[in-house]
Amino acid sequence: MKFLTKQRGKQLKQTLAFGTFRLVSFSVIGVLFLILGFIVVRGLPAISWDFLTKMPENGMTEGGILPAIVGTLCLVAGSMIFAFPVGVFSGIYINEYLKESWFKKLVRSMTNNLAGVPSIVFGLFGMALFVDQLDFGDSILAGSLTLGLMVLPVIIRTTEEALKTVDDSMRLGSYALGATKLQTIRKVVLPICYPNIVTGLILSVSRVSGETAPILFTAATYFIDRLPNSIFDQVMALPYHLYVLTTSGTDMEKTRPIAYGTALVLIAIVLFVNLLANSARRYFNNKLK
Amino acid sequence: MTLKKIIERFSEGILFTSSTVTTVAVLFIVIFLFKSGISLFKTSSIEEGYSLALNARNPVKKLTSGQVKDIFNGDITNWKEVGGKDQDIQLFTLDELSAAYTEEQMGAKFERLPSCVEDYVSKNENVITFFDNRYYPKHFSGHLLEMPPISFKEFFLGREWYPTAIPAAQFGVLPLILGTLWVTLLAILIALPIGLITAIYMAEVASERVRRIFKPVIELLAGIPSVVYGFFGLVVLVPAIQQLFRLPVGETALAGSIILAIMALPTIITVSEDAIRATPVSMKEASLALGASHWQSVQYVVLPYAKSGIMAAFILGVGRAVGETMAVLMVTGNAAVMPHSFLEPVRTIPATIAAELGEAPFGGMHFKALFALGIILFIITFIFNSLVEMIKSKNNQ
Amino acid sequence: MPNFKVEAKNFNLYYSEFQALKNIQFQAEENTITAFIGPSGCGKSTLLRSFNRMNDLIPGVRTEGETLVNGVNVYDKSVNVDELRKQVGMVFQKPNPFPKSIFENVAYALRVDGIRDKRYIEEKVVNSLQQAALWDEVKDKLKKSANALSGGQQQRLCIARALAIAPSILLMDEPASALDPISTSKIEELIYDLKRNYTIIIVTHNMQQAARVSDRTAFFYLGELVECDETKTIFTNPKSLRTQNYITGKFG
Repeated sequence: MKFLTKQRGKQLKQTLAFGTFRLVSFSVIGVLFLILGFIVVRGLPAISWDFLTKMPENGMTEGGILPAIVGTLCLVAGSMIFAFPVGVFSGIYINEYLKESWFKKLVRSMTNNLAGVPSIVFGLFGMALFVDQLDFGDSILAGSLTLGLMVLPVIIRTTEEALKTVDDSMRLGSYALGATKLQTIRKVVLPICYPNIVTGLILSVSRVSGETAPILFTAATYFIDRLPNSIFDQVMALPYHLYVLTTSGTDMEKTRPIAYGTALVLIAIVLFVNLLANSARRYFNNKLK
Repeated sequence: MTLKKIIERFSEGILFTSSTVTTVAVLFIVIFLFKSGISLFKTSSIEEGYSLALNARNPVKKLTSGQVKDIFNGDITNWKEVGGKDQDIQLFTLDELSAAYTEEQMGAKFERLPSCVEDYVSKNENVITFFDNRYYPKHFSGHLLEMPPISFKEFFLGREWYPTAIPAAQFGVLPLILGTLWVTLLAILIALPIGLITAIYMAEVASERVRRIFKPVIELLAGIPSVVYGFFGLVVLVPAIQQLFRLPVGETALAGSIILAIMALPTIITVSEDAIRATPVSMKEASLALGASHWQSVQYVVLPYAKSGIMAAFILGVGRAVGETMAVLMVTGNAAVMPHSFLEPVRTIPATIAAELGEAPFGGMHFKALFALGIILFIITFIFNSLVEMIKSKNNQ
Repeated sequence: MPNFKVEAKNFNLYYSEFQALKNIQFQAEENTITAFIGPSGCGKSTLLRSFNRMNDLIPGVRTEGETLVNGVNVYDKSVNVDELRKQVGMVFQKPNPFPKSIFENVAYALRVDGIRDKRYIEEKVVNSLQQAALWDEVKDKLKKSANALSGGQQQRLCIARALAIAPSILLMDEPASALDPISTSKIEELIYDLKRNYTIIIVTHNMQQAARVSDRTAFFYLGELVECDETKTIFTNPKSLRTQNYITGKFG
């Protein structure tokens, strides 16, 4: 029969193509593990309890990175206090209340565009407005607001997308039973889509904790020997600390181990948050089933 | 009943306020950026409060900021070169002033300084001075040069970026723009084929098990902070490039491009994988049922179907690369020169802002110039985003 | 030479744990039309897709026994699936033309088969469109996008596309279910005409359609082939009570 004979060229091409694709794809994964592995292997020796809980000493060549860890946590917390509610509320308002009009389109395209604006531009803006104009100085407040502004469009978009997955028939069904708009949102719409919103929020935490450019000129300082005690204090931050140690450390040779350690801690935090988001997603999915 | 209404109204008020805050913030950012950046084109390149002056008999009445810079650098030494008489140019600044006059002549509190300047300028036809405006006398016989504001042409086509040069700062962003494009272009040339191939592999070839491993790993790749990429690039990639090509320094455009390519990969992979997956099963089935091999079906049916999505992936990848700051700042060497090869240092727009904003005094020329760079970045990303939106809405139709 | 063009012998198919086809015995002779009828989920489409192995695309599918085309077990290791599918054309429930021109849609199978001869391709395209009774309607707009055609035209284009590679068997999976009555009757006429040159198996939900076009009818229920006989017999004097109940509309 005719179809018993193999068509050599066609099969060979496919085998070749897919083989190459497999190779390339596994190389991409390989690169990630190379980067991760490198930092873990080099960073692990630097990690110790003291490293995580002590102040830096001797011009950063010894001691720990506690203030940088605390600083990053402060910035994350500060930015989220601002961006979570404003972002989620805005998302709800835009999606549920605004009628289809040029204004809604404008707001949408504005937030979309802002989501794509490079983080350094937010740093530029934050420095000019919060640090200089409003005179907050380099501070947790200025840095948090800048980071918050940066993730605001991301949070709005996540919220909107989550809301959009709720079918309109749900809303109509609720209205038909005499519920008000707000009741419908609270009792019908949000319970369906909050898993997506929560996951999105967790991911924005991960993004904020790793950002450097927005805090370069708004919050971060090279060295401070105490923990912050007000929102107008400058702070050290992990990503900035890593940047400074690598590019302008006082003694590059001696600070290298600390840089590896810092990189590892930073990655660990970011990955942990990512993992959290993933397990949250899985948890909610199972619950919905 | 009324309480319920009040609560309802109140809650809606909060929602409304939030979105108003957002909208105002967004508009404010845009307006603020543009206002600060555009004001650069209203200032001259001479620092505020300072002036250049010539002898009144000197036929030269105008100098460009480039010429001023060259004169004070010693690259132009004769007035003939800028359209004057065949005379050597004599610089006269605070140093020369204090050398030419005694403390007594200048006065204990420098109160007689203006008359010294007047005296010197009127005696020397070939002189050019650069002083604080307070050092020029009220009735000055010399010719104060009026420097024109920085022009768009100077800004966009100028080849020299010396934002702190005295007396005339140079704000030519061409090397920065080209540097950005240079690094981005190579990064995309590397990342697009690799990303696309990985996307095809994940969507079409890989088993569900492999995909379940790949997917979170790619997300991880996207989650790693850019400063960590920069760090990795600096300690691994930069020395490797230096040794491989036997370069004096390893911080090169190539290093930046490779790191950027790795960073752009997750975006490209995720977006194009989604696009490939969005191809209707019926299309693939039709192709397979006609005896096309799986690869042929991917080539002739799936990829053409997904091409606008792949285009979006490409644009988003470029957008990500153009705006990336920290990693590029750390590995490209940051020399503000016109790029010639991938094995030389270059400097990108975001890296320039990050490197210089700390030194630029608030509200000064340099500060405004960095805002102008911010506008360029903003506009570039605006265009890219709009393109992606356009592709998306076209796909939905 | 085998007596039957298409056959299934002791054929079982599983979606992971679920058994979708149970010990199917089936034969179709050359140049006949067989209709597969039965309620949704009874396995009729699954069996249809087993003859050109389109079920391979679904992860977790497992088969036992044989389905034979021209006397060859298509699940045999030595079978080249692409070549098999060239022998066995398929038309789907919803018209699924490629977003290419009308001409390129029909030429597609030839091109992927490695044929470069332009004249030959042109000839084949015209011929296939004529066989599918579409030529008169599209001859002036071959370069136009296939998406511009009406639903019925699109489905006939899909038939022409399947004919271009000269299969001997046509599998049709509810080819008219997404079409209006006029287009449906055109498709039915076309199917009837195609019988001369092809062996056709058609899955349908529409019993009148089965009665109108087919020579033989097979009734499926819960993964079993309950009864397969002359269409007239099935509709007037079925052996099984289940067949009778289905045909008379007691369930469906």
